[in-house]
Amino acid sequence: MEGFKNFFAGRWGIISVGIIIGVLAPLLQKLGNPGNMGVCVACFVRDITGAVGLHRADVVQYARPEIIGFVIGSLIAAFMFKEFRPRLGSAPVVRFVLGAFAMIGALVFLGCPWRAALRLAGGDGTAIFGMLGLIFGIWLGTLFLKNGYSLGRAQQTHFTAGLMLPIFMAGLLFLTLVYPQVSGQAKNEMLFYSLKGPGSMHASLIVSLGVGLLIGFLAQRSRFCTMGAIRDFVLFRQMHLLSGFIALIVTALVFNFLVGQFHPGFQGQPVAHTMHIWNFAGMMLSGLAFCLAGGCPGRQLFLAGEGDGDAAIFVLGMVFGAAFSHNFGLASTPKGVGPFGIQAVVVGLLVCLFIGFTMRKRIA
Amino acid sequence: MAITVDARGLSCPQPVLMTVTAIKSGGSDEITIMVDNETAKENVCRAAVGKGWTVANIRDETDGCGITIKKR
Repeated sequence: MEGFKNFFAGRWGIISVGIIIGVLAPLLQKLGNPGNMGVCVACFVRDITGAVGLHRADVVQYARPEIIGFVIGSLIAAFMFKEFRPRLGSAPVVRFVLGAFAMIGALVFLGCPWRAALRLAGGDGTAIFGMLGLIFGIWLGTLFLKNGYSLGRAQQTHFTAGLMLPIFMAGLLFLTLVYPQVSGQAKNEMLFYSLKGPGSMHASLIVSLGVGLLIGFLAQRSRFCTMGAIRDFVLFRQMHLLSGFIALIVTALVFNFLVGQFHPGFQGQPVAHTMHIWNFAGMMLSGLAFCLAGGCPGRQLFLAGEGDGDAAIFVLGMVFGAAFSHNFGLASTPKGVGPFGIQAVVVGLLVCLFIGFTMRKRIA
Repeated sequence: MAITVDARGLSCPQPVLMTVTAIKSGGSDEITIMVDNETAKENVCRAAVGKGWTVANIRDETDGCGITIKKR
């Protein structure tokens, strides 16, 4: 067990996790998930938000089992290796706000860092601007970190408090099993299911859940984080997490190429738009928010699975942001940004800068 | 004189930032960093080794663990 544990914390461990995700994500696309969206944490949390009716955009409603698997898989790994540590209290409401704006930014770009990588690996040139925005946003965040930005210390808390998000996810899985999709119906007694659009495209429940569980387990062990990958390189010139992220992109690229999912170009890419400035700015907002919150959306799910209540609050903030995005026209569509998308990005950046400038203390 | 850095309750990258800051301060050839989670422990050890220091001792305590690093 110890050797296994050490393996994933090492250089080859993180690279192998990147390779495994790089195979599984495009495979999920092959098995039914939307284009260049084998795994997208932001999109899938947004789909869950729609599945429970918190927004009514009928093309993006589906209780994505991958997300459920991410949290439960991480929980299983944390229990197996005695790393489940219930903790909470590091500026939770700020994390909620950061989660909301991270989601709003991601939905202007149409993807989180995971999907930005998968879009690149699928040949989507528009993702280059998103990736540059992500790097720029994270770089901004590191400036705050260097100047003493901190959300403060978390406290140990009750066992139950650490279980809140895993229980929520287990409840969602229960609902999905009890109220499965009725063919041709957009809603059963409980959940919404898209009949068209990205929300209607998905691999089977068992495959999605299985892949989610495996990725959740491996990511908990390896601390895989797409934001941390860039942040640690910028801050410390450290390649550890970045090597995993690069392994994901390269593997997904090769896999896409081999199975005919690589379509290079800028026009007509799946679930993407060509307003490059807003691809950049949306992801810049996301990158900054993730950096200020200490983890990419996937990492927040994995942390929530190992008992981090603050990460769970961030995830709930993402749900809130997704509902806001689709209820008030902030989210982009393949045609371009939504009616209030630009205003939302500007407000989000101002809020993040306000948080970054004001939440400082001497850390040395 | 040994320096002690308390990074308990803090999430990444702060424990690493504090470690690197302490190393750069040049005040001591021996630093003990207190952390309370495995991720911070791994990251602090990795950063120390990256800076050319050695991990001399990891002491488990009830409310976390103390990592002692020494200048090579």
